[in-house]
Amino acid sequence: MPLILTDGLTKRFGPVTAVDALTVDVPAGVTGLVGANGAGKSTLLKIFLGLLPATAGSAQVLGLDVASEGPAIRERVGYMPEHDCLPPDVSATEFVVHMARMSGLPTTAGRERAADILRHVGLYEERYRPMGGYSTGMRQRVKLAQALVHDPDLVLLDEPTNGLDPAGRDDMLELIRRIGAEFGISVIVTSHLLGELERVCEDIVVIDGGRLLRHSSTASVTGETPLVALEVDADPTALHARLTQAGVAAQRDGMLLHVDVSDSATYDVVRDVVAELGLGLVRMQRQRHRMTEIFTQGPSSRGDVSV
Amino acid sequence: MSEPTTSGTPAGAIHDIGYRHYDGPRLGASYIRRSLFVETLRGAYGLGRSARSKIMPFLLLGVMVLPALVVGIVTSYLRLGSLPLGYTEYVVTLQVAVTVFLGSQSPAVMSRDLRFRVTALYFSRPLSRQQYVQAKFAGMAAALFVLLGLPITLLLAGALLAELPLDEQLPDYLRAMAGAALYAVVLGGIGLVVAALTPRRGVGVAAVVGVLLVLSGFQAAVVGILGDAVSTRYAGLISPYTLVDGVVSGVLAAEPSIGQGPPGTLGAVVFSAAVVLLVAGCYAALVARYRKALS
Repeated sequence: MPLILTDGLTKRFGPVTAVDALTVDVPAGVTGLVGANGAGKSTLLKIFLGLLPATAGSAQVLGLDVASEGPAIRERVGYMPEHDCLPPDVSATEFVVHMARMSGLPTTAGRERAADILRHVGLYEERYRPMGGYSTGMRQRVKLAQALVHDPDLVLLDEPTNGLDPAGRDDMLELIRRIGAEFGISVIVTSHLLGELERVCEDIVVIDGGRLLRHSSTASVTGETPLVALEVDADPTALHARLTQAGVAAQRDGMLLHVDVSDSATYDVVRDVVAELGLGLVRMQRQRHRMTEIFTQGPSSRGDVSV
Repeated sequence: MSEPTTSGTPAGAIHDIGYRHYDGPRLGASYIRRSLFVETLRGAYGLGRSARSKIMPFLLLGVMVLPALVVGIVTSYLRLGSLPLGYTEYVVTLQVAVTVFLGSQSPAVMSRDLRFRVTALYFSRPLSRQQYVQAKFAGMAAALFVLLGLPITLLLAGALLAELPLDEQLPDYLRAMAGAALYAVVLGGIGLVVAALTPRRGVGVAAVVGVLLVLSGFQAAVVGILGDAVSTRYAGLISPYTLVDGVVSGVLAAEPSIGQGPPGTLGAVVFSAAVVLLVAGCYAALVARYRKALS
């Protein structure tokens, strides 16, 4: 059974089309939903929760129809909104227990689950203090905990790394990876940063202006390319010329040469030419596709786009 | 377009013994609504919240209870033949404390979820917007009923300790308790609607207290201007306190605490209809408010 199935899903707000004839089939696992700000990611999540009625088309989440079975979906799905949503005058423990009850868990079960899940997201002693004094990183953890406390089959995470410093970002991404791999809970995570998602997602859905741009598995997007990056300890101009003479396809990229190694004999040619020129070989590195190529085709523009 | 992942086993197959799945019961919307009701009632008295948020509600509960205790002691000490302060006039006499309680607690019950956008978390769960409003409304009304019913009950206890006959006390006590329930629903509705419209901190408190004070003042002014005409007696419709007092005196035949109460049967019907309309209107307004507050 697919996790999420949409067919011609469209949502308009007056003249604005937020989601435009989206047809997509998302399998279980960790899936990234990528798009620029305003691409319709948050709108899409609210439609999946059965909170926003679609203008046209249909969508199924966990095999349940979003239009008619919203409450059943919301019982089995966790949602972490993008914005702050924590009252400052209660502790994380009390808040998460309350949210467990709001998902239908009896109080004792809610207490156990809350203690468990707060430990999993990495909140320890501080969970007894009022949340008003928490850092952004801690707040994001509580938001994640309340989305997981009822042991959902699927969690929808809206920009979970927003506002976090690099270390906090790494922690959050590691948590998301564990939710999918260790907890066995499917994840839909949105971000406008591709680089983060390619680290944790098995599947990537790219939307732009509410339209599906591409849907593919991360492995296929970030697979190996037939290129190696070649770096020497001096100006590579002469090397570039000699390689081209020897019939090796190479492209200059600053101090780097991108050499096509589809033919494995090329490695020997490169080694010989570098030795002949008396250059020091700093590195030869197999290149991987980057997700940004989804947006910008061709290797020449690689590096111009911040990931 | 999606391709299968290259590795044979899906990542979801690895289980960490550290994470335990939940196999227990998942109770339905009525359990959730009841839980939210209890949480709201507790929250209105600051229970489960910080120590600071307990001060105000318990202070006001003390202010409400203290006169009842004093009246009881005085009655029994001086061996009075009746209570110096009647059951049905108790709420009206102490309406300032009631207004302040409503003003301080209805933002805590209503605006808090809006201001900190906790509503997004409620509505991403099985509870519907209507059920959310029902739980909040009932919780606030119950909190007010405790505030009003407790001193009235203490008054009865005082009267019985002073050896006043129960059969003389009971009818008025029951009228007052019915009145307390009406006050709770009417004032709770008004407080929550005003609080739901003013999510900003502090503004809600001022708005709720302000609305009730202005209505009371306006009602008194109208009575003053109109003088003794029959139409004056309909001026009680303006303020929630005189409105409920009008129902208690008009329908339940208690002594009116303010003014003369509604004129005749027609007046009683009009006042009762006004209460029903007001409560229904508050509920509808709250549901409409939350239909907008999507998340």
